[in-house]
Amino acid sequence: MALLEVNNVSKVFGGLSAVTNLKMKLGAGELVGLIGPNGAGKTTVFNLLTGVYQTTAGDIVFDGKNIAGKKPSAINQMGIARTFQNIRLFSDLSVLDNVRIAYHSHVAYKLPSAIFRFGSFYAEEEKMKARAIELLKIFHLDGKKDEIAKNLPYGEQRRLEIARALATEPKFLLLDEPAAGMNPQETAELMNLIRWIRDHFELTILLIEHDMSLVMGCCERIYVLEYGRVIAHGDPETVKHNPKVIEAYLGEEVTYA
Amino acid sequence: MKRLLTRQNMIIAAVLLAVYLIVQTLLSVGIISAFYETNLVLGGIGVIMAVSLNLITGFAGQFTLGHAGFMAIGAYFSAVMTVKWGMPFVLALLGGSCLAAVMGFLIGLPTLRLKGDYLAIATLGMGEVIRVVLLNTKYVGGAAGLFGIPRLTNWTWIFVSAVVTVLCIRNLLWSSYGRACISVREDEVAAEIMGVDITRYKVLAFVVGAFFAGLGGGLYAHYYYFLQPGGFGFMKSIEYLVMVVLGGMGSMTGSVMAALALTVINIFLQSYAAIRMILYALLLIVIMIFRPEGLMGSKEFSSAMFSRFERRGDRGSAGGQ
Ligand SMILES: Nc1ncnc2c1ncn2[C@@H]1O[C@H](COP(=O)(O)OP(=O)(O)O)[C@@H](O)[C@H]1O
Ligand SMILES: [Mg+2]
Repeated sequence: MALLEVNNVSKVFGGLSAVTNLKMKLGAGELVGLIGPNGAGKTTVFNLLTGVYQTTAGDIVFDGKNIAGKKPSAINQMGIARTFQNIRLFSDLSVLDNVRIAYHSHVAYKLPSAIFRFGSFYAEEEKMKARAIELLKIFHLDGKKDEIAKNLPYGEQRRLEIARALATEPKFLLLDEPAAGMNPQETAELMNLIRWIRDHFELTILLIEHDMSLVMGCCERIYVLEYGRVIAHGDPETVKHNPKVIEAYLGEEVTYA
Repeated sequence: MKRLLTRQNMIIAAVLLAVYLIVQTLLSVGIISAFYETNLVLGGIGVIMAVSLNLITGFAGQFTLGHAGFMAIGAYFSAVMTVKWGMPFVLALLGGSCLAAVMGFLIGLPTLRLKGDYLAIATLGMGEVIRVVLLNTKYVGGAAGLFGIPRLTNWTWIFVSAVVTVLCIRNLLWSSYGRACISVREDEVAAEIMGVDITRYKVLAFVVGAFFAGLGGGLYAHYYYFLQPGGFGFMKSIEYLVMVVLGGMGSMTGSVMAALALTVINIFLQSYAAIRMILYALLLIVIMIFRPEGLMGSKEFSSAMFSRFERRGDRGSAGGQ
């Protein structure tokens, strides 16, 4: 059974159809890319998958359940986590707090035990902190756990966003241009890290990327979006040689580079 | 249990006990006059009101102008419980607080879709509605007021209530639930995406904040013998808001200090009641221009004082950075 099924989903903003008749199917453990020129509707797809927007038509089934009408927090608790194209950390809070907040839905003590400090409060807090630090280690951020998020360099903020998303313990991770603004070396490291995360946490990952080398080298399957429609779909080699894709996206990239 | 008995906590407990005993002694031998006792009571109520308002506005980021409305509910209901139903004081205080909390819940749910200015206006309206309803309720004396309330509030009640309020709200904030509230203030969309049900935590902040505002109201009612709806108007809400803003949105110790400082300042302004509110308004403007983050910003006076098991910069709450 597929982990995610997107059935003929459309999203219309006023007169503009940002996503039209989108069909997608992701199996558990896949690492899939979603590419397309600017304004193609990629981020809108993420917003639909995470409940930030409601679909205009069609339905999205995750893990056998329809996510229609569910709040983003409920969808997150079903197992979908994401990062944002424009970083949205809790920028005035510490690195550690950013990650701990994301653990909140898994907190094992109840409110009265927090207020009156009985039961498992202390043990659970310590456990939560230890897990947060463990996650930060993966992203080489444990040394900066007490720093305010907005004071981190850009690349580290991007990594912290991924760490925070993972703290919600998802089954399915959506990354919106995770390498944006990174240099080629950072991008290469991130590529490896993403694969490693997928294997280590046994996740399914859907990745939006503008950087072609990242998508080609990293993803097993790619959807290409243009004007809200899927114009090509398949493994990186097939997609790369699809004339529509070359015209719509790669051509642009090539002249760009 | 071991974690509660750290050296730090023992010191805090000892200091609190000493403060309590010293003031209690000074009161009983008459060194502290009735006039200053009134100010002790007002200071304690100020602490309760400011800290509970800071939970809603400073930590959860929900700007409200209706805190005096919750106080009014606690004041009136607890007074009704003692005067009309002959209930013991403790139960009356609890009853008033609970009814205020219920109101916080009822008002929280529909208004919490609103943000910023709109929420401020809605809560302002709520406070006025409560006042007008009281004004027109014969059972509680209407405009004339509710009389014959026994004076049950004393230094001991004030002290214990203020300490309990600060402790409960501090413990709430320095936990995962508190961090969830703070994440709502920081970025609602990001909080939702991270699995924090933002409506739930806004309502939580309102309910807990209203509960303690109700407690403040109950203590107030049982110190002044009578209640009038006019005492819980918009200006009262502003008074507590000034304390929160002055102390720093998101600083517990800031609120405590500002509440005490403003109570002392009020002693000197006693004979200039008319210009007091003008001075308050001026003070707000001056803070906004020169130190918009308040005296303490979101820092705490002493991290050692409030961090029970974690070290500086590593506390349960983000509010303490
Ligand atoms: N909230 C919104 N309201 C109106 N139009 C939107 C909104 N979000 C996205 N769009 C429009 O939808 C289209 C797709 O945007 P987006 O999904 O951000 O593209 P991409 O991420 O592929 O660059 C764009 O034309 C954008 O202007
Ligand atoms: Mg985008």
